Amino acid sequence: MTTETIEWTAVCAIDNILPNTGVCALVNNRHVAVFRVGQNQFHAIDSIDPQSNASVLSRGLLGSLGDRVVVASPLYKNHFDLHTGECLENAAYSVRAHAVRVAGEKVEVALS
Amino acid sequence: MKMMKIIVVGHGMVGHKFLEEMHQLQVPGVHVTVLCEEPRPAYDRVHLSEFFAGKRAEDLSLVAPDFFEQSGFELRLNTRVASIERRNKTLTTQDGEILAYDKLVLATGSSPFVPPVRGNDRERCFVYRTIEDLQAMAAAGAISRSGVVVGGGLLGLECAKALRDLGLQTHVVEFAPRLMTVQVDDEGGRILRNKIEALGVHVHTSRNTTEIINGATAHHRMVFADGTHLETDMIVFSAGIRPRDELARQCALAIGPRGGVVIDSVCRSSDHDVFAIGECAAWNEQVFGLVAPGYDMARVAARFIAGQEQVAFAGADMSTKLKLMGVDVASIGDAQGRTPGCRSFRYTDENKQIYKKIVVSEDGQQLLGAVLVGNADEYGTLLQMALNGIALPADPEFLILPSSDGKAKPGLGPDALPDSAQICSCNNVSKGQICAAVADGVTTIADMKACTKAGATCGGCVPLVTQIMKAEMAKRGMAVNNHICEHFAYSRQELYHLVRVGMIRSFDELLAQHGKGLGCDICKPAAANILASCWNDFVLKGELASLQDSNDYFLGNIQKDGTYSVVPRMAGGEVTPDGLIAVGQVAKKYGLYTKLTGGQRVDLFGARVEQLPLIWEELIAAGFESGHAYGKSLRTVKSCVGSTWCRYGVGDSVGLAVELENRYKGLRAPHKIKFGVSGCTRECAEAQGKDVGIIATERGWNLYVCGNGGMKPRHAELIASDLDKDTLIRLIDRFLMFYIRTADRLQRTSTWRDNLEGGLDYLKQVLIEDSLGLADELEAQMQHVVDSYQCEWKTAVTTPEVRQRFRTFVNSEQGDQRIVFMPERGQIRPARAEELATDIADGAPV
Ligand code: SRM
Ligand SMILES: Cc1cc2nc3c(=O)[nH]c(=O)nc-3n(C[C@H](O)[C@H](O)[C@H](O)COP(=O)(O)OP(=O)(O)OC[C@H]3O[C@@H](n4cnc5c(N)ncnc54)[C@H](O)[C@@H]3O)c2cc1C
Ligand code: SF4
Ligand code: FES
Repeated sequence: MTTETIEWTAVCAIDNILPNTGVCALVNNRHVAVFRVGQNQFHAIDSIDPQSNASVLSRGLLGSLGDRVVVASPLYKNHFDLHTGECLENAAYSVRAHAVRVAGEKVEVALS
Repeated sequence: MKMMKIIVVGHGMVGHKFLEEMHQLQVPGVHVTVLCEEPRPAYDRVHLSEFFAGKRAEDLSLVAPDFFEQSGFELRLNTRVASIERRNKTLTTQDGEILAYDKLVLATGSSPFVPPVRGNDRERCFVYRTIEDLQAMAAAGAISRSGVVVGGGLLGLECAKALRDLGLQTHVVEFAPRLMTVQVDDEGGRILRNKIEALGVHVHTSRNTTEIINGATAHHRMVFADGTHLETDMIVFSAGIRPRDELARQCALAIGPRGGVVIDSVCRSSDHDVFAIGECAAWNEQVFGLVAPGYDMARVAARFIAGQEQVAFAGADMSTKLKLMGVDVASIGDAQGRTPGCRSFRYTDENKQIYKKIVVSEDGQQLLGAVLVGNADEYGTLLQMALNGIALPADPEFLILPSSDGKAKPGLGPDALPDSAQICSCNNVSKGQICAAVADGVTTIADMKACTKAGATCGGCVPLVTQIMKAEMAKRGMAVNNHICEHFAYSRQELYHLVRVGMIRSFDELLAQHGKGLGCDICKPAAANILASCWNDFVLKGELASLQDSNDYFLGNIQKDGTYSVVPRMAGGEVTPDGLIAVGQVAKKYGLYTKLTGGQRVDLFGARVEQLPLIWEELIAAGFESGHAYGKSLRTVKSCVGSTWCRYGVGDSVGLAVELENRYKGLRAPHKIKFGVSGCTRECAEAQGKDVGIIATERGWNLYVCGNGGMKPRHAELIASDLDKDTLIRLIDRFLMFYIRTADRLQRTSTWRDNLEGGLDYLKQVLIEDSLGLADELEAQMQHVVDSYQCEWKTAVTTPEVRQRFRTFVNSEQGDQRIVFMPERGQIRPARAEELATDIADGAPV
């Protein structure tokens, strides 16, 4: 078993994300969409929407479909599972999900 | 096998029904040719008047686009048959061509009767039968101030209404002492006259025209037998119809005593290879001037020719309902009470101008006839009772008495009708067929029309068809699932009421009380939209912001590359030179692509989120406001230049457009709303293609509603004429709020209208006659929205916690470097995928 050191990057304060919305963070030059679901649940996936190739997923609407917590792309309305990055309509458009944690007042992201 | 050659003479409503029947029967070995004198294929004459309300000839067509390819039938336009040579079984066209037939079907219809008075052939004298007639009338209408309709029957009144809508001072001249002599009695005629006069049409009864000469104050002078006269610029004769039996006379077929080709019960003439159907035929010495009996004949003749023996035409019910705005008139069966021993019940309300009469059989068991004037709500029920011989209740008078006395009206639930009951007489659709369509999945009235044709012709049966459809759906436990999404088991309309009645002001509250899950990209924007329609709070205030989709969240329309567009409001399309310069300077400074939109304003494309507040700050400083190009809300009020500059204008269309745009700006609705205001009937603002269209007349404004461009164009319908500005605005307030209350999510006014139970009449009743008693409330709600308007962009740039959300990255001031523009025609455009450096394109670290 190898142990990698996970590199956490603080992206913003909790208060910088309005509940039930997302923001886009630049983490090691990667566009990462960080979402706040309710008051204190956080998720991160790539922000680039593979169908349009535009960095817009952070601006999608949050919600649930069945048991899955999802974001809808604002461009072509595909849904992405916030836990896995899977695109529900077309697996070929899936994106990567990243780890998030709250440290003190800060939201931190680790690229996967 | 030898081909059977069938020739149909006349491609009118009934001729085409015959073709449809033949096609459906799929008889092998027949070749059908149809000869049509008119320059266009069959169209819906019943709705001819809608031509004036904006319908185009194509809209009225009865022929499915691929009908002739599919059926293999042959259509020849502009081909009049000149003579028939029965001995050789041939006919000759006006061009001298000779065609042979095995079976000949005459479907030549009828022609309007023009009374033989001197001067009836002067110019600007018309009849009312074809699209060409109407085109000629419209042209004359544009240069006339007044018009007379000769004839106060069903058609005459419809025509009078059309003249009035053309903006003419309108008169009806009737020979008999009352209007609609055939259908109503004296008392009904009196009330009807009041109603028609209230529409602004002058009625002259007992007038016998003797000649038409030059007028002193108008184009014509009509001189009457009693020595009086009337001056008018144009005249339309609508004094009855005469069957077009000239071909039959020429080839010596038997002709009825009052004209018409004599037919037997299978529609054969006195020559067994020649059939006659529709208005040119006389059955039992009777000619039928309605479409339903003609359709019946077409079905019978087609089946008989196809070899089915067990068919017969057995006469027809002549009940009718006038399809006139604001005037309900209906007549059923023995309206005049001519059956021996019959008894009648009457009800008159002088105040509301309502008259109702029913005629019942001697034993009180059967309904024989009815007259309804001023309110014809009971038409469907009474007609079904009469047609199906349904036993009358003990006190039949309650059928027509208003129900305010506590006793419920003896209704006729759909269950009381047998499956065989004919519900739509125009298209011969039975209750059983409507139920079968529901079983096949039809759940809206629009689909029902498309699938069974029930309700697609005169529309009189629509309320009953809807009732039966709903009852059947309920029976099948298929209460239509109009739930907005998986989180709310409600339609948008229901959610609207829950929000309003429960004074709900947030999505969390709504979800907690009425929903489940987290919500989604369907219910959140819909809820945000409803909350805005009801309470009109700033759309980015607190929790509301999280409900908005990207367009509303960033107050701009997202483009394919993730940039946004900037559309400042230019009410009515009016903009000052300084305004234009300011817009130009901003565009130049931020390097935005600039284009005029289809909505008469300027759109600036290519703004990154962090640029939006800066751009808007400058635009606001130059006097601009948000154009709401992003919202499900009022977009633009398109205008033409109007009377201020245009030599033809009769109203200040720009002034009104600016006023309306400023009144309704920011109003959130189930879908976007567009207006148009034109200064005269030339309609340069294309108002009839808008949700709300207004056209200036000499006396005020005509109001059209529920038009649409876009994917499925629909012409708007006229709902009121010659309004003064205050009345106009009140009606628009009511219209918009009623739409906002009752439409589905993302339903434009046009689809809403197409699915509105009761159709245009119902809409008029609610808006104009205030039949639901809602008018004050609707107006008050609108006033609240108007009074609480704020420019969203102004609030956004001046509210720090909102403004700080306009950034590309939460952790960097940098812009989105993946947004790359290329030059094109002196401006920018988004780079295409192949023009981007790959390392940027795939989003990997650079
Ligand atoms: C910018 C503009 C095209 C242009 O360059 O001229 C435009 C652009 C868009 N139209 Fe449009 N429409 C524009 C005038 C029209 C018109 C013409 C008009 O308004 O007279 C129509 C037909 C009239 C009508 O609506 O009845 C029109 C019918 C549509 C439709 C079809 C609506 C329908 O009911 O069938 C859509 C799709 C929809 O709304 O669902 C649409 C949707 C759109 C969207 C929002 C599509 C989208 O989601 O990206 C486009 C983005 C707007 C933007 O980025 O600002 N646009 N669109 C026009 C903006 C007008 C304005 O100043 O606000
Ligand atoms: C304004 C208006 C409103 C109406 N409203 C209603 C209503 O509400 N309800 C209702 O039931 N009915 C209504 N009617 C009546 C209805 O339109 C007719 O009953 C129906 O059109 C009759 O159909 P048809 O095919 O017999 O005749 P038409 O539709 O008149 O068709 C006959 C066709 O034959 C052509 N033709 C004639 N002679 C020749 C020839 N020698 N060679 C080639 N072609 C020829 C004619 O040009 C015409 O195109 C209305 C009619 C009008 C004009
Ligand atoms: S609609 Fe009439 S008033 Fe307006 S510009 Fe056209 S012609 Fe002139
Ligand atoms: S009765 Fe005329 S459309 Fe149904």
